[in-house]
Amino acid sequence: MSERYLQIDKVRMVFETRKGTFCALEEISLDIRAGEFVSLIGHSGCGKSTLLNIVTGLLEPSDGDIFLANREITGPGPDRGVVFQNHSLLPWLTCYENVQLAVERVFGAAEKKSALKERVHRALELVQLGHAEHKYPHELSGGMKQRVGIARALSIEPKVLLLDEPFGALDALTRAHLQDELMRIVAATGSTVLMVTHDVDEAVLLSDRVVMMTNGPAATIGGILAIDLPRPRDRIALAGNKQYVALRTELLEFLYRRQIREAA
Amino acid sequence: MSARPAIVHTLKPPRVGIGPADTSAQLHPPINQATSAPEKPLYVRTKAPAWLPQVLAPVIGIALFVALWAILAKAGGRLPDPVSTWHSAVDVFSNPFYKKGPNDQGIGWNVLTSLGRVGIGFGAAALVGIPLGFMIGRFRFFSDMAAPIISILKPVSPLAWLPIGLMVFKAANPAAIYVIFICSLWPMIVNTAVGVRHIPQDCLNVARVLNLSEWTIFRKILFPAVLPYMITGVRLSIGVAWLVIVAAEMLTGGIGIGFWVWDEWNNLNVQHIIIAIFTVGIVGLALEQAMIVLARRFSYE
Repeated sequence: MSERYLQIDKVRMVFETRKGTFCALEEISLDIRAGEFVSLIGHSGCGKSTLLNIVTGLLEPSDGDIFLANREITGPGPDRGVVFQNHSLLPWLTCYENVQLAVERVFGAAEKKSALKERVHRALELVQLGHAEHKYPHELSGGMKQRVGIARALSIEPKVLLLDEPFGALDALTRAHLQDELMRIVAATGSTVLMVTHDVDEAVLLSDRVVMMTNGPAATIGGILAIDLPRPRDRIALAGNKQYVALRTELLEFLYRRQIREAA
Repeated sequence: MSARPAIVHTLKPPRVGIGPADTSAQLHPPINQATSAPEKPLYVRTKAPAWLPQVLAPVIGIALFVALWAILAKAGGRLPDPVSTWHSAVDVFSNPFYKKGPNDQGIGWNVLTSLGRVGIGFGAAALVGIPLGFMIGRFRFFSDMAAPIISILKPVSPLAWLPIGLMVFKAANPAAIYVIFICSLWPMIVNTAVGVRHIPQDCLNVARVLNLSEWTIFRKILFPAVLPYMITGVRLSIGVAWLVIVAAEMLTGGIGIGFWVWDEWNNLNVQHIIIAIFTVGIVGLALEQAMIVLARRFSYE
């Protein structure tokens, strides 16, 4: 069962447009183990975000099914924690209240106020933002906002964490910092993660497997790269690691040799 | 010749505050005085405080306006001059709350009566318009349903509704309130609907991903997101309402600042008309400013 914790089964996505039908995804099948970190990588427009939105439940696939822990996904739900690219915090709520909104939705009926409070605190401590809980999003830096987004996603103890280019809008230094932090959090919580990215280094550093998507239309899985580097991983030590460099090269090769024609 | 010592005298004090220069001035007073006394202070003197033009400009504007008014009054016609109007205003405002029968009351009562009408009509418009705006913004069907009616009725002068109000209510006061209601309604509906339509998709995605209940979505997302737009609607409404009440009261009579203007016209007391114009303007400005303060309180950016 844990071999097929999150199961994407022959998913197709066809959009009806004014010019006719547009096939975005063609026959995508992917099984993710519990506790595994899987990245989707590909050129922009390859439908990787579309696939993530289908798993999120925001989009309904034209064909195929998604199962999470043996239950079919039919719409959005709090069994999946989502981190959006642009933090998506509610600007009129403090960090604490943003996380609280999620916590109360999931545990509000079953737990006492003090237990809920404790959960919010723990989630913010996990991303090291306990000190900023009463700040509003506009008072925070981009990286801090994204960390609150991660705290919100994790606070509901989701079965799977879905990340849609979570660090894409951040500067390189902040991004590196948050990647390290995400590695630490995932190691601490044992989360199952599906992440969309277009950053080769990010994919190799964080993932157990990298799913390489071909270019659209009718994008599909072009190959899967297993990243069997030992954990915990250290970005500086890895920079000179032969295996790391080889994996990185393989990804680059896929993206810029085999998929370049359609992308250009 | 006599001007020269005067300049030196005025230039000297600011030089003390220049900073590094004045420490050396204390250490070597004779040298410093001899070399730098004529050059540096000139620069300091041109530096007027930053707030000065900000205060000066409106003062000059008002002064020019009053001067123009005085010239026009001098030139002839029956326009009273600023000074006599001022004396009349002091007289009017020295006893704003007297009552000598239904048609002769102090300016305070007139303004309060008008404000009361605006308050009731405007409040009713908020009660009706804001929920309606939410419905129209949230549901496409309602929007399509309401669009033609709003588009046709919005450009109509609110006063055109007065005869219908008089016919329905058979009394002047509710008819005036009803006109205020109508004219406040449109900005409230339209702005609330626009606010609902402009809720960021991200916020709605959060709601969908967490599977929040409709009530929680309304409390935590819809309402706070729309609030700034709603306040804009309220601000526009109250502005229009205050414009319209004067005209409505001229037609309906009774008591109120609009009626007062018309009554003083019948009395040929032009000074009082000018006082009324300024009073209406200042009350309108105060309402607007109060709304801006309210808007700032609830803006989250």
